[in-house]
Amino acid sequence: MKTKTYTVEVIIENKPAARDPEGETIYKDLILKGGYESVKSVRTGKYLKVLVDANDKKQAEKIVFDMCNALRIYNPVVHTHKIRVRGFKE
Amino acid sequence: MRIAVIQFPGSNCDYDVVYVLKNVLGVPTDLVWHKFFKNNFYDAVILPGGFSYGDYLRSGAIASHSPAMDEVRKMAEDGRPILGICNGFQILIEAGLLPGALLPNDCLRFVCKWVTLKCETNKTAFTSLIPEGKLLHIPIAHKEGRYFNTKEELKRMKKGQQIVFRYVDENGKITFKANPNGSVENIASVCNPKGNVVGLMPHPERASEKILSPYKDNDGLLLFESMIRFLKC
Repeated sequence: MKTKTYTVEVIIENKPAARDPEGETIYKDLILKGGYESVKSVRTGKYLKVLVDANDKKQAEKIVFDMCNALRIYNPVVHTHKIRVRGFKE
Repeated sequence: MRIAVIQFPGSNCDYDVVYVLKNVLGVPTDLVWHKFFKNNFYDAVILPGGFSYGDYLRSGAIASHSPAMDEVRKMAEDGRPILGICNGFQILIEAGLLPGALLPNDCLRFVCKWVTLKCETNKTAFTSLIPEGKLLHIPIAHKEGRYFNTKEELKRMKKGQQIVFRYVDENGKITFKANPNGSVENIASVCNPKGNVVGLMPHPERASEKILSPYKDNDGLLLFESMIRFLKC
Protein backbone atom coordinates (compact mmCIF):
# COMPACT_ATOMS: atom_id res chain seq x y z
CA MET A 1 0.00 0.00 0.00
CA LYS A 2 1.21 3.47 -0.86
CA THR A 3 1.83 5.64 2.19
CA LYS A 4 0.46 9.14 2.57
CA THR A 5 1.85 12.06 4.54
CA TYR A 6 -0.62 12.90 7.29
CA THR A 7 -0.75 16.15 9.22
CA VAL A 8 -1.19 15.34 12.91
CA GLU A 9 -1.72 17.96 15.61
CA VAL A 10 -0.58 17.48 19.20
CA ILE A 11 -2.05 19.83 21.79
CA ILE A 12 -0.49 19.82 25.26
CA GLU A 13 -2.35 21.45 28.13
CA ASN A 14 -1.89 21.63 31.91
CA LYS A 15 -4.12 19.28 33.93
CA PRO A 16 -6.87 21.14 35.83
CA ALA A 17 -4.93 20.77 39.12
CA ALA A 18 -1.86 22.57 37.71
CA ARG A 19 -2.48 26.33 37.53
CA ASP A 20 -1.94 28.04 34.20
CA PRO A 21 -0.87 31.62 35.10
CA GLU A 22 -0.38 32.58 31.43
CA GLY A 23 -3.98 31.63 30.60
CA GLU A 24 -5.22 33.38 33.76
CA THR A 25 -3.37 36.58 32.85
CA ILE A 26 -4.65 36.58 29.26
CA TYR A 27 -8.15 36.03 30.59
CA LYS A 28 -8.12 38.61 33.40
CA ASP A 29 -5.96 41.36 31.95
CA LEU A 30 -6.82 41.17 28.27
CA ILE A 31 -10.11 39.42 27.61
CA LEU A 32 -12.18 40.61 30.61
CA LYS A 33 -10.66 44.11 30.50
CA GLY A 34 -11.40 44.18 26.78
CA GLY A 35 -15.08 43.68 27.58
CA TYR A 36 -15.55 40.05 26.49
CA GLU A 37 -17.53 38.99 29.54
CA SER A 38 -19.14 36.08 27.75
CA VAL A 39 -15.72 34.38 27.65
CA LYS A 40 -15.52 32.19 30.75
CA SER A 41 -12.03 30.72 30.75
CA VAL A 42 -8.77 30.50 28.83
CA ARG A 43 -6.12 27.80 29.11
CA THR A 44 -2.84 28.06 27.23
CA GLY A 45 -0.92 25.10 25.91
CA LYS A 46 1.64 23.96 23.41
CA TYR A 47 0.90 23.04 19.81
CA LEU A 48 2.96 20.71 17.63
CA LYS A 49 2.17 20.11 13.96
CA VAL A 50 3.66 16.77 12.94
CA LEU A 51 3.91 15.44 9.38
CA VAL A 52 4.05 11.66 9.40
CA ASP A 53 4.10 8.97 6.69
CA ALA A 54 1.50 6.27 7.36
CA ASN A 55 -0.79 3.83 5.55
CA ASP A 56 -3.96 5.25 7.07
CA LYS A 57 -5.32 7.73 9.56
CA LYS A 58 -5.36 5.25 12.42
CA GLN A 59 -1.70 4.33 11.92
CA ALA A 60 -0.70 8.01 11.72
CA GLU A 61 -2.42 8.66 15.03
CA LYS A 62 -0.82 5.62 16.63
CA ILE A 63 2.71 6.59 15.52
CA VAL A 64 2.32 10.07 17.03
CA PHE A 65 0.63 8.74 20.19
CA ASP A 66 3.44 6.22 20.81
CA MET A 67 6.09 8.86 20.07
CA CYS A 68 4.57 11.30 22.55
CA ASN A 69 4.64 8.67 25.28
CA ALA A 70 8.07 7.17 24.49
CA LEU A 71 9.85 10.56 24.25
CA ARG A 72 7.81 12.27 26.97
CA ILE A 73 6.72 15.00 24.58
CA TYR A 74 4.32 15.86 27.43
CA ASN A 75 4.93 15.39 31.16
CA PRO A 76 2.23 12.98 32.41
CA VAL A 77 2.48 14.45 35.95
CA VAL A 78 1.09 17.82 34.85
CA HIS A 79 -0.03 17.65 31.23
CA THR A 80 -2.83 16.18 29.18
CA HIS A 81 -2.43 15.77 25.43
CA LYS A 82 -4.83 15.56 22.53
CA ILE A 83 -3.92 14.14 19.15
CA ARG A 84 -5.89 15.04 16.01
CA VAL A 85 -5.28 13.84 12.48
CA ARG A 86 -5.94 16.69 10.06
CA GLY A 87 -5.85 15.19 6.57
CA PHE A 88 -3.11 14.02 4.25
CA LYS A 89 -1.12 14.55 1.06
CA GLU A 90 -0.64 11.66 -1.43
CA MET B 1 37.57 10.73 44.63
CA ARG B 2 36.62 12.24 41.27
CA ILE B 3 33.56 14.33 40.47
CA ALA B 4 32.06 15.02 37.02
CA VAL B 5 30.19 18.14 35.99
CA ILE B 6 28.24 17.32 32.82
CA GLN B 7 28.07 20.00 30.15
CA PHE B 8 25.10 20.08 27.77
CA PRO B 9 24.71 22.49 24.87
CA GLY B 10 23.36 25.56 26.69
CA SER B 11 24.75 24.81 30.17
CA ASN B 12 26.10 28.06 31.63
CA CYS B 13 26.76 27.43 35.33
CA ASP B 14 29.12 24.54 34.60
CA TYR B 15 32.37 26.46 35.17
CA ASP B 16 31.06 27.94 38.43
CA VAL B 17 30.47 24.45 39.85
CA VAL B 18 33.88 23.24 38.64
CA TYR B 19 35.48 26.33 40.23
CA VAL B 20 33.87 25.67 43.62
CA LEU B 21 34.81 21.99 43.64
CA LYS B 22 38.38 22.46 42.37
CA ASN B 23 39.43 25.83 43.75
CA VAL B 24 37.36 26.24 46.90
CA LEU B 25 37.25 22.62 48.05
CA GLY B 26 40.26 21.13 46.24
CA VAL B 27 38.41 18.08 44.87
CA PRO B 28 39.52 16.52 41.55
CA THR B 29 36.77 17.51 39.11
CA ASP B 30 36.25 17.09 35.37
CA LEU B 31 34.00 19.10 33.12
CA VAL B 32 32.64 16.47 30.72
CA TRP B 33 30.75 17.03 27.45
CA HIS B 34 27.50 15.06 27.69
CA LYS B 35 28.27 12.84 24.68
CA PHE B 36 31.50 11.58 26.28
CA PHE B 37 30.29 11.02 29.85
CA LYS B 38 30.95 7.52 31.26
CA ASN B 39 29.80 6.73 34.77
CA ASN B 40 32.60 4.30 35.72
CA PHE B 41 35.23 7.06 36.12
CA TYR B 42 33.28 9.05 38.71
CA ASP B 43 32.13 8.88 42.31
CA ALA B 44 29.55 11.64 41.97
CA VAL B 45 28.05 13.81 39.28
CA ILE B 46 26.64 17.31 39.13
CA LEU B 47 24.23 18.54 36.45
CA PRO B 48 24.74 22.31 36.32
CA GLY B 49 22.32 25.12 35.57
CA GLY B 50 21.73 26.88 32.29
CA PHE B 51 19.41 26.48 29.34
CA SER B 52 20.18 23.08 27.83
CA TYR B 53 18.89 22.90 24.25
CA GLY B 54 17.46 26.40 24.63
CA ASP B 55 14.74 25.10 26.98
CA TYR B 56 12.91 23.91 23.84
CA LEU B 57 9.75 21.84 24.39
CA ARG B 58 10.19 22.14 28.21
CA SER B 59 13.22 22.96 30.33
CA GLY B 60 15.35 19.82 30.55
CA ALA B 61 13.11 17.74 28.27
CA ILE B 62 15.61 17.26 25.45
CA ALA B 63 18.75 16.87 27.61
CA SER B 64 16.95 14.13 29.57
CA HIS B 65 17.26 11.94 26.44
CA SER B 66 21.05 12.43 26.14
CA PRO B 67 23.04 9.17 26.37
CA ALA B 68 24.71 10.77 29.42
CA MET B 69 21.46 10.33 31.31
CA ASP B 70 21.58 6.52 30.89
CA GLU B 71 24.99 6.69 32.60
CA VAL B 72 23.57 8.98 35.31
CA ARG B 73 20.71 6.51 35.81
CA LYS B 74 23.23 3.72 36.47
CA MET B 75 24.94 5.92 39.09
CA ALA B 76 21.58 6.66 40.72
CA GLU B 77 20.89 2.93 40.98
CA ASP B 78 24.31 2.32 42.60
CA GLY B 79 23.57 4.98 45.23
CA ARG B 80 26.27 7.41 44.02
CA PRO B 81 25.50 11.10 44.74
CA ILE B 82 23.86 13.08 41.93
CA LEU B 83 23.01 16.77 42.25
CA GLY B 84 20.91 18.71 39.75
CA ILE B 85 21.06 22.48 40.09
CA CYS B 86 18.36 24.59 38.42
CA ASN B 87 18.35 23.30 34.81
CA GLY B 88 20.06 20.17 36.19
CA PHE B 89 17.05 19.70 38.51
CA GLN B 90 14.73 20.12 35.52
CA ILE B 91 16.73 17.46 33.61
CA LEU B 92 16.55 14.99 36.56
CA ILE B 93 12.77 15.51 36.75
CA GLU B 94 12.33 15.03 33.00
CA ALA B 95 14.51 11.90 33.13
CA GLY B 96 12.19 10.48 35.79
CA LEU B 97 14.98 10.32 38.40
CA LEU B 98 13.07 12.74 40.64
CA PRO B 99 9.29 12.98 41.11
CA GLY B 100 7.00 15.82 40.04
CA ALA B 101 7.21 18.62 37.49
CA LEU B 102 8.67 22.12 37.19
CA LEU B 103 6.28 24.60 35.56
CA PRO B 104 6.72 28.25 34.52
CA ASN B 105 6.82 30.62 37.54
CA ASP B 106 3.39 31.88 38.56
CA CYS B 107 4.55 35.50 38.01
CA LEU B 108 5.52 34.48 34.43
CA ARG B 109 8.86 36.25 34.80
CA PHE B 110 12.46 35.21 35.18
CA VAL B 111 13.18 35.65 38.90
CA CYS B 112 16.76 36.31 40.00
CA LYS B 113 17.27 37.04 43.71
CA TRP B 114 18.58 35.75 47.02
CA VAL B 115 16.14 33.54 48.92
CA THR B 116 16.09 31.91 52.33
CA LEU B 117 15.77 28.13 52.43
CA LYS B 118 14.93 25.84 55.30
CA CYS B 119 16.57 22.43 55.39
CA GLU B 120 13.86 19.77 55.85
CA THR B 121 16.02 16.65 55.99
CA ASN B 122 19.67 15.83 56.59
CA LYS B 123 19.26 12.27 55.33
CA THR B 124 20.46 13.03 51.80
CA ALA B 125 23.94 12.85 50.29
CA PHE B 126 23.95 16.65 49.95
CA THR B 127 22.54 17.75 53.31
CA SER B 128 24.22 15.44 55.84
CA LEU B 129 26.13 18.42 57.34
CA ILE B 130 23.07 20.69 57.49
CA PRO B 131 20.97 20.40 60.66
CA GLU B 132 17.23 20.04 60.01
CA GLY B 133 15.57 23.44 60.36
CA LYS B 134 18.74 25.40 59.53
CA LEU B 135 18.18 28.48 57.32
CA LEU B 136 20.42 28.99 54.29
CA HIS B 137 20.89 32.00 52.01
CA ILE B 138 21.25 30.92 48.37
CA PRO B 139 20.22 32.77 45.18
CA ILE B 140 17.74 31.60 42.56
CA ALA B 141 17.69 32.49 38.85
CA HIS B 142 14.98 30.79 36.79
CA LYS B 143 11.73 31.12 34.87
CA GLU B 144 10.51 27.52 35.13
CA GLY B 145 10.86 26.60 38.78
CA ARG B 146 7.32 26.17 40.07
CA TYR B 147 7.45 22.74 41.64
CA PHE B 148 4.24 20.76 41.25
CA ASN B 149 3.05 17.36 42.29
CA THR B 150 -0.28 15.77 43.16
CA LYS B 151 -1.58 15.79 46.75
CA GLU B 152 -1.27 12.01 47.06
CA GLU B 153 2.28 12.04 45.76
CA LEU B 154 3.25 14.92 48.11
CA LYS B 155 1.89 12.97 51.05
CA ARG B 156 3.98 9.97 50.05
CA MET B 157 7.07 12.18 49.58
CA LYS B 158 6.69 13.79 53.01
CA LYS B 159 6.44 10.36 54.59
CA GLY B 160 9.64 9.31 52.81
CA GLN B 161 11.44 12.59 53.71
CA GLN B 162 11.85 13.47 50.04
CA ILE B 163 11.34 17.22 50.47
CA VAL B 164 14.82 18.68 51.03
CA PHE B 165 14.46 22.48 51.07
CA ARG B 166 11.55 24.93 51.28
CA TYR B 167 11.41 28.67 50.58
CA VAL B 168 10.86 30.50 53.89
CA ASP B 169 11.03 34.03 55.32
CA GLU B 170 13.86 35.31 57.53
CA ASN B 171 12.17 33.73 60.58
CA GLY B 172 11.96 30.33 58.96
CA LYS B 173 8.19 30.57 58.37
CA ILE B 174 6.68 29.06 55.23
CA THR B 175 4.78 32.03 53.82
CA PHE B 176 3.16 32.97 50.51
CA LYS B 177 5.46 36.00 50.27
CA ALA B 178 8.60 33.91 50.70
CA ASN B 179 7.60 31.72 47.74
CA PRO B 180 9.33 33.21 44.67
CA ASN B 181 7.68 31.10 41.97
CA GLY B 182 4.42 29.59 43.23
CA SER B 183 5.86 26.15 44.06
CA VAL B 184 3.40 23.86 45.81
CA GLU B 185 4.03 23.99 49.59
CA ASN B 186 7.06 26.29 48.95
CA ILE B 187 9.13 23.34 47.75
CA ALA B 188 12.59 24.33 46.43
CA SER B 189 14.28 20.93 46.42
CA VAL B 190 13.39 17.23 46.42
CA CYS B 191 15.28 13.93 46.48
CA ASN B 192 14.71 10.31 45.46
CA PRO B 193 13.65 7.75 48.11
CA LYS B 194 17.31 6.73 48.74
CA GLY B 195 18.43 10.36 49.15
CA ASN B 196 21.41 10.06 46.79
CA VAL B 197 19.72 12.02 43.97
CA VAL B 198 18.90 15.63 44.89
CA GLY B 199 17.59 18.45 42.71
CA LEU B 200 17.19 22.08 43.69
CA MET B 201 16.28 25.31 41.91
CA PRO B 202 18.63 27.62 43.95
CA HIS B 203 22.31 27.85 42.96
CA PRO B 204 24.60 26.69 45.82
CA GLU B 205 27.68 27.28 43.62
CA ARG B 206 26.87 31.01 43.64
CA ALA B 207 26.78 31.03 47.44
CA SER B 208 29.97 29.13 48.22
CA GLU B 209 32.26 32.07 49.05
CA LYS B 210 31.57 34.80 51.61
CA ILE B 211 32.63 37.54 49.20
CA LEU B 212 29.77 36.61 46.84
CA SER B 213 26.97 36.81 49.40
CA PRO B 214 25.17 39.96 50.60
CA TYR B 215 24.74 38.06 53.88
CA LYS B 216 28.52 37.41 54.07
CA ASP B 217 28.00 33.69 54.46
CA ASN B 218 28.82 30.67 52.28
CA ASP B 219 25.82 28.44 52.92
CA GLY B 220 25.89 26.86 49.47
CA LEU B 221 29.24 25.23 50.24
CA LEU B 222 27.52 23.01 52.84
CA LEU B 223 25.88 21.00 50.05
CA PHE B 224 29.21 20.22 48.39
CA GLU B 225 30.90 19.54 51.74
CA SER B 226 28.07 17.14 52.63
CA MET B 227 28.69 15.30 49.35
CA ILE B 228 32.41 14.98 50.15
CA ARG B 229 31.63 13.65 53.61
CA PHE B 230 29.15 11.18 52.09
CA LEU B 231 31.87 9.94 49.70
CA LYS B 232 34.45 9.59 52.48
CA CYS B 233 32.16 7.64 54.83
